[in-house]
Amino acid sequence: MAKTKTRDRMNNEINAGSMADIAFLLLIFFLVTTTIAEDKGILVKLPPWSDEEPDITKLKERNVFSVLVNAQNQLLVRDEPARIGELRERAKEFIMNPANRPDLAEGPRNAIISLKNDRGTDYDTYLAVYNELKGAYDELWDELSQRRYGEPYSEEMPFAQRKAIRDDIPMVLSEAEPTNFGEEN
Amino acid sequence: MAKFSKKRGKSSPAISTASLPDIIFMLLFFFMMVTVLRDSDLKLQVNTPEATQLTKLDEKSLVNYIYVGRPTQQYQAVYGTSPRIQLGDKISGVDDIPLFLEQHKVKLPEAKRSRITSSLRVDGEVTMGIVQDVKTKLRKSNQLKINYSAGTRATELD
Repeated sequence: MAKTKTRDRMNNEINAGSMADIAFLLLIFFLVTTTIAEDKGILVKLPPWSDEEPDITKLKERNVFSVLVNAQNQLLVRDEPARIGELRERAKEFIMNPANRPDLAEGPRNAIISLKNDRGTDYDTYLAVYNELKGAYDELWDELSQRRYGEPYSEEMPFAQRKAIRDDIPMVLSEAEPTNFGEEN
Repeated sequence: MAKFSKKRGKSSPAISTASLPDIIFMLLFFFMMVTVLRDSDLKLQVNTPEATQLTKLDEKSLVNYIYVGRPTQQYQAVYGTSPRIQLGDKISGVDDIPLFLEQHKVKLPEAKRSRITSSLRVDGEVTMGIVQDVKTKLRKSNQLKINYSAGTRATELD
């Protein structure tokens, strides 16, 4: 009698009814702790460090688009005050120079954007300016890519096409050593 | 006509809940994969600015984070109120950056080391002085790929 009883018990299956509860518990734990944090930002490649002062005297003035930001977060673009909002359009016009104006760049390959800020400039302003300058190049690449390949410029494009575009409109954004007039401590 | 009467005659069968655990487990695994248990708690207040020309950083293990901002209220007694740098989970100085980069680098296989990106999470109200010091140090340590962390901006600039 006893023997048959144990055999019956062995044939019993494990009750899987509470499995869902256990899974739910874990699920809720991970739901709460999860942060689908996507990190986005402006990707920048810094120039390698060199102790020598770069020599910029040999550049023609028409090829340099100088942007200065002071400690009061004011902009000076090519020796005139400017707003951040108009920066992108002006940079685009400068780089491409569609009307062949004598005071703008000779061509996109010669264009150089020079950015200089103060140690007292707000990071907010600096990044907004950088964003606009990068945006100008991004838009120009997009336009060229649309004209040539009929699709917007993206990382998914074949490497050769991307390189061709970047060779025609190279992004030259040089950052000078900042001035130190208005740093707070 | 026959069709309709037939249907009404049938009693509705109970939905089988046998596959419920499987579904839940599937969700569970999904969240387990995407979850990131916060490794460092922030001692600084960092509100990154907003921008439009953003790039997504995909491989998390190749990114190291450098935070710059003012200490939060509870740490102000210790660290003061002027902007500081946080590496990992401790407040550091600019001179600690090379060691921090090296510690991150040795954990990665050789082939991937050239793709390491430094993500600069900088508070928008910080002035450029400290950011410039960090940038200079990164250049000197030959860590040239950096990412200014920023949120997405929808509105136009004036």
